Amino acid sequence: MKYIDDTVVMKRMKSRLTYNKIWKAVFLLATSLALLTLVILLVRIVSQGTGYLNLDFFNNFGSRFPEKAGVKAALIGSIYLMLIIAPVSMFLGVGTAIYLEEYAKKNKFTNFIQMNISNLAGVPSIVFGLLGLTIFVRMLFLGKSLLAAGFTMSLLILPVIIVASQEAIRSVPKEQREASYGMGATKWQTITRVVLPAAIPGILTGTILALSRAVGETAPLVVLGIPVILQFLPDGLLSQFTTLPMQIYDWAKRPQEEFQFVASAGIIVLMILLVIMNSIAIFIRNKFQKRY
Amino acid sequence: MALGGLGREQSVQELIAKSREKKGKKFIEKLMPIILVITALISVLTTIGIVFTLIFETFEFFQRVSITDYLFGKEWLPFSGSEPLYGVLPLILGTLKVSVIAACVAVPLGIAAAIYLSEYASDRTRRTIKPILEVLAGVPTIVYGFFALTFVTPILQELMPSLKIFNALSPGIVVGIMILPMIASLSEDAMSSVPNSIREGALALGATKLEVSIKVVLPAALSGIIASVVLAVSRAIGETMIVSLAGGATPTFDFNVTGSIQTMTAYIVQVSSGDAGYGTTIYYSIYAVGFTLFIFTLIMNLLAQYISKRFREEY
Repeated sequence: MKYIDDTVVMKRMKSRLTYNKIWKAVFLLATSLALLTLVILLVRIVSQGTGYLNLDFFNNFGSRFPEKAGVKAALIGSIYLMLIIAPVSMFLGVGTAIYLEEYAKKNKFTNFIQMNISNLAGVPSIVFGLLGLTIFVRMLFLGKSLLAAGFTMSLLILPVIIVASQEAIRSVPKEQREASYGMGATKWQTITRVVLPAAIPGILTGTILALSRAVGETAPLVVLGIPVILQFLPDGLLSQFTTLPMQIYDWAKRPQEEFQFVASAGIIVLMILLVIMNSIAIFIRNKFQKRY
Repeated sequence: MALGGLGREQSVQELIAKSREKKGKKFIEKLMPIILVITALISVLTTIGIVFTLIFETFEFFQRVSITDYLFGKEWLPFSGSEPLYGVLPLILGTLKVSVIAACVAVPLGIAAAIYLSEYASDRTRRTIKPILEVLAGVPTIVYGFFALTFVTPILQELMPSLKIFNALSPGIVVGIMILPMIASLSEDAMSSVPNSIREGALALGATKLEVSIKVVLPAALSGIIASVVLAVSRAIGETMIVSLAGGATPTFDFNVTGSIQTMTAYIVQVSSGDAGYGTTIYYSIYAVGFTLFIFTLIMNLLAQYISKRFREEY
């Protein structure tokens, strides 16, 4: 007796294999579509913006005239802002990570902090802007200053830095800590001389990636009321300032067509800044990260 | 010389210095945990700060506008001088239009890309494509907004002449492109964590790769995939710059996607970039809208966490 009809099986097998091939092509197409968008986006911006990208563009302040507009104030402002965000967010982020990984006991309080951090990561950036507007700009009288924006942005990227630092600290093997204790070191000595040196590449990589997110962020700054066109450079922590994304936002909104090209040139500067930061992060990751 | 002699050779001053050092060490050992707890509490304080800021200012807003008018009003006209109307539904609808379009773009493409990367692609292809997707995720939203306004909208206008310059379609598609890497990457993680033995079992029974992907891997990784979609939609709801550049500033209560809209986030941006004086009803209205937005995203995030915890398949 024959249970299986070979011809039917062969027929079905053929169609099943064809389906497999067709869908493989569909899946590949979907993947390449995503990559294609990136290419189109980059090609379009580079082709539009390079014409306006010259030395004057870096030396000029914002202007109502497209040919006189430049990114000087915005670029310097973005860099100053980063110089505030980096130490503040790193101190808070790494401190929290050390506490959670090295000191905290597994109890409800620790769980609560951990859950709070993951929820904070999902809060839209514009809501952080509202927080900064009330607390830093109005209640602490910092005004629309570098410091107010720096604090707001630090809180925005704090969850990312905490999680990255926690992972870096967790990947330091327990034996190293125990060896340090065995030599008579105290807990804090172990943390500063054994755990942190081993974890620092991971922490730095995470921090730089988080910073590059802050550099590209616009929404919270709009809510804080940061000005878009400035004719001077910031001269102190409480000085007014503007950033690259704010400047690009302003140019993109303008109706004259020339400003589209200026905006593209601004985007190129912003993207180069981001590429530099990401390359540093990848360099640190590949060069210094130890695998145990 | 005996060992004990060593101790006697130290001068008294040295001994005092040593004990001081020990005390200093002890002090640091006790101080540092306290400082670290304080840094950890900052993140909790941030959440408390957000919730209280939003609640207090929203409360102030509801002193001036009735809560039912806000929640059920179908017209949002805060700038009309004589009789401003604060009905939030048009803003919510604007946000939903953009998010739904974004999900329609990102969910099929993202999951398809995830299946390709996890099931079909070679190790090498995966290792080149994943970082590129991460680059796509790292592009600032202002760049996407510019892209939507100056590239996607004109192309769509060629295809659909009735499309306005500001519409829901173009920012919706671009927000979809923005959240696509998130869905692809998180779904791929979920699918990669399905153990190989299960795949091999199905292959040994004669299933094709497609059948393994769709009937075995996809169901096993479903909780992770759904969680990634929910998270991505939550990101789309909170997205600001794309919709304020390409979406327009006309809150409307209809299901038309070709005309100008306004989302919750775009309204906050519009008021912030204008000169709404401190203390006016318009000023407080951005907090009420921000609070509404916060509730939406919070629910989505909690839902994502619940799904990935509750329905996780353990192997």
